[in-house]
Amino acid sequence: MTSTLPPVVDPVTTRAVTTAGSKPARPRPSVGRVAAWIAMIAVIVVTLFPFYWILRTALSSNGAISADPTSLLPTGFSLGGFERVFGLQTTKEALSQGGSGATLNFWQYLLNSVLTATMITVGQVFFSAAAAYAFARLRWPGRDKVFGVFLAGLMVPTIFTLLPNFALIKSLGLVDTLLGISLPSMLMTPFAVFFLRQFFLGISKEVEEAALIDGAGKVRVFFRLILPMASAPIATLAVLTYITAWNDYFWPLMVSYTDSSRVLTVALGVFKSQAPQSGTDWSGLMAATLVAALPMIVLFGLFAKRIVNSIGFSGIK
Amino acid sequence: MATETPLPSPLTVTADRRSRPVEERAGTGTPAPRRRRPPNDLRLALVFIAPAAIGFALFLLWPTVRGIYLSFTSYNLLTPPVFTGLQNYERLVQDSIFWHSMLVTVEYVLLNIGFQTVLALFIAVMMHRLTKSTFVRGIVLAPYLVSNVVAALIWLWILDTQLGIGNEVLSAIGVGRIPFLQSDVWGIPTIAFINVWRNVGYTALLIFAGLQALPEQVYEAGRIDGASEWKMFWGITVPLLRPILSLVLIITIIGSFQVFDTVAVTTQGGPANATNVVQNYIYNLAFGRFQFGYASAVSVALLIVLSVITFIQYRLSRSGESDLD
Repeated sequence: MTSTLPPVVDPVTTRAVTTAGSKPARPRPSVGRVAAWIAMIAVIVVTLFPFYWILRTALSSNGAISADPTSLLPTGFSLGGFERVFGLQTTKEALSQGGSGATLNFWQYLLNSVLTATMITVGQVFFSAAAAYAFARLRWPGRDKVFGVFLAGLMVPTIFTLLPNFALIKSLGLVDTLLGISLPSMLMTPFAVFFLRQFFLGISKEVEEAALIDGAGKVRVFFRLILPMASAPIATLAVLTYITAWNDYFWPLMVSYTDSSRVLTVALGVFKSQAPQSGTDWSGLMAATLVAALPMIVLFGLFAKRIVNSIGFSGIK
Repeated sequence: MATETPLPSPLTVTADRRSRPVEERAGTGTPAPRRRRPPNDLRLALVFIAPAAIGFALFLLWPTVRGIYLSFTSYNLLTPPVFTGLQNYERLVQDSIFWHSMLVTVEYVLLNIGFQTVLALFIAVMMHRLTKSTFVRGIVLAPYLVSNVVAALIWLWILDTQLGIGNEVLSAIGVGRIPFLQSDVWGIPTIAFINVWRNVGYTALLIFAGLQALPEQVYEAGRIDGASEWKMFWGITVPLLRPILSLVLIITIIGSFQVFDTVAVTTQGGPANATNVVQNYIYNLAFGRFQFGYASAVSVALLIVLSVITFIQYRLSRSGESDLD
């Protein structure tokens, strides 16, 4: 599953090594530098160890974990955790292996997460791009004032709008639906509009004017010229939006009540709270955690360079 | 307030061309067909911004106004809100659980931001001086890509009193087992630590981006003068980085005050309110007791606190100015 990482990452590391080598100005290894590297490696280990520990626990059996909690390799190798997560075990089997025996349908939650994150990403990026184009390139009275109002929206903490938004979603009859979870962030976020407007402003005006003189309409210019030319920042924004939507917990927790709209983050919370009397089903819980985290880890593996480089002062939320 | 400052962004370097006068463009050779009349795309613009404007009005502007209104009402979601004047706020002032939750939240923010900022600065400076490898930056950022819930569950397991590897190690080295998330003393520091683990990479990369914008010549000059790395850190990096650090602080503190996910998954505010942060209290008021009006009043209180902090911080740090100018 981590096999997606090396191909993406290898050229990067090689390049980094060569540039480091081509700089003779680098100071010779001193005690301080060695100490700094050791500290850096410690940071990396603390960062990565928990990821390994999820995998190790998910592949172990609950009985073996309690007998040998410190084994660094999976102990009592078993796929039972994953089987419980995907409802492949009978209640009896699940109970005997330390599960809660409650039925869980992670395929459904996975699908719900994919659907909401996709709806939010596609909607938010497209509608924000359209608005950003109107703010960057179209001329209309009051444009900068309206943009200022949008920007002011960045200052309202998301958390403040959650309760009133819930009341609104409830009166729209969208509680416990996927649309109810997606709708508030499907149309725009001030950040997305701001982010894309910056890029559109940087696109050469001459190219656009040439197309306009050739008789293309502004709508056509937007779809055929602006969107393709800004495809890199749009892709970055889309990946970041997808990850944010996938990881959201508070809002889906408010809106979804049943399996039909439950997303993975909320399902994990439910799974955790269903701990059987014998103690938490760690193997199952870590298997579920892995299922929830893996798509993001893969996505990150594919787009690591792009995501990492997007974090600068443009990336401030 | 933070957004009003022109961010030192690589993106803003691309000049704002739209403000160039129309006449100037017309003089570039190709005669524009509509020379005198400034083109007006109002109709098209309305179509383009319509979805975003509806989203903004419906899910951001209206909820903000309504949230403030609801704080003056008694509302249980089932019957229409009843205006009750300042009643919610009178209750708020006397509500010891609210004040306790504020205190707990502030404790969390101090621990979370304190450790996170120092550690992030340390990691950023090390990356800056040791390696600019995207691979290392990717690893540092990795925890930020998983949800708060996943981060909370991993550490709940690692720090489990009976079987967690963290406690096994502590007991092996003779410290003894610590009931991290079950104890009223350790609860908040542990939750703060979990979120440091998840967010420190993001903060470090923000600071790293700021470091990369600093002119390399200053460091070369420092090296020629024989300054040590330690001296250069305090003499060059910190002063030059101040505007960026204060911006990062504003953003992370505001984010930190909104802590909820980790608490909801690990402790649910317990034991006995020891980790009952404001957001958790608001959630319980709204969805446990259906006191939407009062919950909104607590939200407004939090909003005011956040605005005041932003304002003070902005003033104190003079974040608009840079020593580079």
